[in-house]
Parts: sequence; structure tokens; C-alpha cells
Amino acid sequence: MTTAIVPRVSGGEHEHGHLEEFRTDPIGLMQRVRDECGDVGIFQLAGKQVVFLSGAEANEFFFRSSDDDLDQAAAYPFMTPIFGQGVVFDTDPERRKEMLHNAALRGEQMKGHATTIEREVHRMIADWGDKGEIDLLDFFAELTIYTSSACLIGKKFREQLDGRFARLYHQLEQGTDPLCYVDPYLPIESFRLRDEARLGLVELVQEIMNDRIVNPPRDKGDRDMLDVLVTIRDDEGNPRFSANEITGMFISMMFAGHHTSSGTASWTLIEMLRYPDVYADVVAELEELYADGQEVSFHALRQIPKLENVLKETLRLHPPLIILMRVAKGEFEVAGYAIHEGEMVAASPAISNRIAEDFPDPDGFVPDRYEKPRQEDLINRWTWIPFGAGRHRCVGAAFATMQIKAIFSVLLREYALEMAQPSESYQNDHSKMVVQLAQPAKVRYRSRRRSAATSNWRG
Amino acid sequence: MGYKIEVDLDLCQGHAMCEVEAPDYFNVPKRGQVEILNDAPPQEDRAEIEQAVWACPTQALSIREEDD
Repeated sequence: MTTAIVPRVSGGEHEHGHLEEFRTDPIGLMQRVRDECGDVGIFQLAGKQVVFLSGAEANEFFFRSSDDDLDQAAAYPFMTPIFGQGVVFDTDPERRKEMLHNAALRGEQMKGHATTIEREVHRMIADWGDKGEIDLLDFFAELTIYTSSACLIGKKFREQLDGRFARLYHQLEQGTDPLCYVDPYLPIESFRLRDEARLGLVELVQEIMNDRIVNPPRDKGDRDMLDVLVTIRDDEGNPRFSANEITGMFISMMFAGHHTSSGTASWTLIEMLRYPDVYADVVAELEELYADGQEVSFHALRQIPKLENVLKETLRLHPPLIILMRVAKGEFEVAGYAIHEGEMVAASPAISNRIAEDFPDPDGFVPDRYEKPRQEDLINRWTWIPFGAGRHRCVGAAFATMQIKAIFSVLLREYALEMAQPSESYQNDHSKMVVQLAQPAKVRYRSRRRSAATSNWRG
Repeated sequence: MGYKIEVDLDLCQGHAMCEVEAPDYFNVPKRGQVEILNDAPPQEDRAEIEQAVWACPTQALSIREEDD
């Protein structure tokens, strides 16, 4: 059988091909690839050809491939300056995933994590009072810094963080302009702020390390990962890890779970506010469930069907990663087309999640599509891909799902929320590889406890 | 009519959620994939097995009906 040459999408006559379009409207570009070329098409990102895959058959190839065939490490050049060049921990992503997985993401740890998340939500809303207004990006980006540091690194480390760490971390995530595909060290504002943020984080971590050296743990129970790291010496007796390296490790441990969880929490809430009936159903579901007096750590690990369907539909419409990339390490054939060594290969949750043949009313918010017998997430295992699929599927998926259930178990029972700006003004900012909610993204809250008897404010 | 537990090891990432739900039937070593201790459990444990299949974050587990 002969293989055909992959068709190229229209546009992209500039020096860097489709890069400028990718920086302003990546989803529009990728949808055009599918519309014009089908399941396999090419666009050009600076000096690289990107073979863009969509649909079940092409996606299955993508997600079943091993790292030896489709390499992840080389596909994300924006990560190196974020983790730090030459940082020991900057090994291959599979190894990093495995370490994190074995350390903090196993099933038996989830109950403790749920308790931690519940407590962190209560701390964040402790000074909310009866009513007020928050920005969703500010709120959830800070909350998820505390939950991910406490659950993935250690509670003691989390106790030494405050809003400064969250703000610097967010600034770091903003340093992911697609111009990194030209050169991740170009003299542009986004990269300058990124490097400045990283230095700021190293400074904060250095302060914490100094404190740990002066105040060593009293006993084993008081010791966390950082206490261990600061005591390790090399052959000459010098500290084995610098603040720069330790910061790089911590950044990379928190990276995959932070902006993704923050964005998903925001969009879950925004979609509920857009659909008051769905919101009311979820609140009623939570009230009924927690009437048994059980803790959040009990129910967040069990089924909360309506909230889970809302989450699945939110993830389908607003996947936190809109494009997944690899570099081909050999010659392959997909759906009759040839992929050559050295080409980039990409799949897109944002595009595949909205294929009309798999998801009727693809742009509509329809949580019921996950009810039996439709179960569109399970039936479309290679196109319902907010967490990826196959052997590279997000290892944090169970943690992330539990986290959303824990957050909203607290938030929706304590407060009634409503939009503080027009519905369509809640948007994502797609100008960076790390997609974040565009600001402003304000919502108003009012305590349900004190006002429940007299207020019909939500009606 | 019985049933069997099946696993797609291409998908298992060793989260051990199944072991939390049904420790008598699933074992997941620290660095590894699921081992099914008994793939044909009795009918009375069916609910427990279904919960384990539901809890799997990668949908690596499934139940196959056996008509005997």
C-alpha cells in the first residue's frame, strides 16, 4: 500500500508559517486543519511541520504510541526555562510522571488529600464574610497552589507559602508564548517576566531552605521532602541540591496539576452559573448527599453523579490543554498518510472533543450525554480526550476529579454564587501555550447560611 | 450466569483505585500494574467489583458476562 502525502492547511505564508495564527487563534487554526484536510493535516510552526491528528483512528495511533516512537520531551521547548536549564530533575516526562505517581497519587492517599483540599478551601473563604466579589483566576490559581503543594510536596512546605508564591507561579506560567518554537530565550516581555518570576520563586524557596537548616525537624513525623533534600551532600561534602535545583523540582511537580485544575474549577463554576437549572440540581444533589453527616473526604471519593457529569461536560468544552505534542522518532503511517522522523505530531482535545459525529450538539452544554446508555465519554474513548488517553493518559485525573468534587462540596453549600459580568465575557486567553482564564472573570457570592431564610436572591 | 474481570494493560497506570475498592480481588504493587487475584468472583461480590471498575481512572478494567 502506498502512503499519501499529508495535505497542508491554507494560510501560513509568513516567515514562521502558521505561528502568528497559532498565537492568536490556535483553536480556529486547528479546526481549519480538520475542516480542510480531515483526520490528518499539516500546519507549520516556525521551522517545524506539525502533523495534526484528529478523529478516533488517528488519535488511537497517537495515544497508543510509546515514548520511543513519539517523544514528548522534545515537543515542549517552553518547559526547559521554566523547570530550569540543567536541573537534575528535568529528565524525561515519563520518569517524572512515574515518580509523582508513586509518591503521591496512589489510591490510598486520596482520602487524606480530600481532607487537605477541604481545609484549604475553608481557609481561602475564611475572610469572605456574608457577601462580596472575587476574580475566578485569582481565587482558583491561589487555592490550587496550596492544594497541589500540600498534596504533592508536603503540608509543612505549603504552610510556608503565601500569595506571593501563587502570583510568581502564575507569572511563570504566562511565560509560555508559542514563540518558544522559534527560540525559548527570545528577548520578549513574556520570557523576561518568566525568568524574573523563576528567580523570585528561587528566592522564596531559598528562604524556606535556610529556615529548615536552622530549624531541623524535631522527629520523623515533622520531616518532609524539603528537610531531606537540604541534608543531602555530594562526595565533597557540599550540599547536593541548590535552591535553583530544588525550586525546579517543585515547579515541575506542581506544573501539570496547577493551571489545569485552576482553569477547570473556574469553568465548572462558570458553566453552572450559565445554566441555573443545572446549578440548582447540583446544589440539591450535594444537600441530599451530605444530609448523612459524612465528611467531604468521604463523599469526594464516591459518586456525585450530577456534579461529575457537569465536570465531564466542562472538560469536554474547555479542556485545559488544547494541544498535545510529540516528535516522531521514526517513520509511521496513519490512516494512509506518512509521518516522517523529526516531524512534530499533535492531537487536540479542543478539536476532538467537539467532533459532531461523536458528540451530538457539539457546542452545547449537555451534562446528560454521560448518562447511561449514552455515556459519550466511555463510548468515544479516543475522541473524548480532556485527560488524553491510552498509556499517556493524565496520571492526575483521579486526583483532579476528586479535587473538583471536594472544592464544590464546600463552596456550593456555603455560598450562593452569580455572574458579575456578561456570560459571554468569560473567555480563555489563548495567547500562551498554558491556557488561562482571561481577566476580568468576576463572580459575586453571598452566604447561604445567614441569608437562606429570607433571601430569594438567586431566583 | 457468571462474569469475568478483564484488564487492558495498555491502559493500566497502577493507580490502585481498584485495590482500595476491592482488595480481595486486585493487587497493585508500588511500581507496577494491576494483578487480578481472582478474575471470576462470586455473584455476591459483584457490586464491589463494579465499584472497582468505576473507580479505575483509566478505564482499564471491564466486566465480561459469561453465559454458561
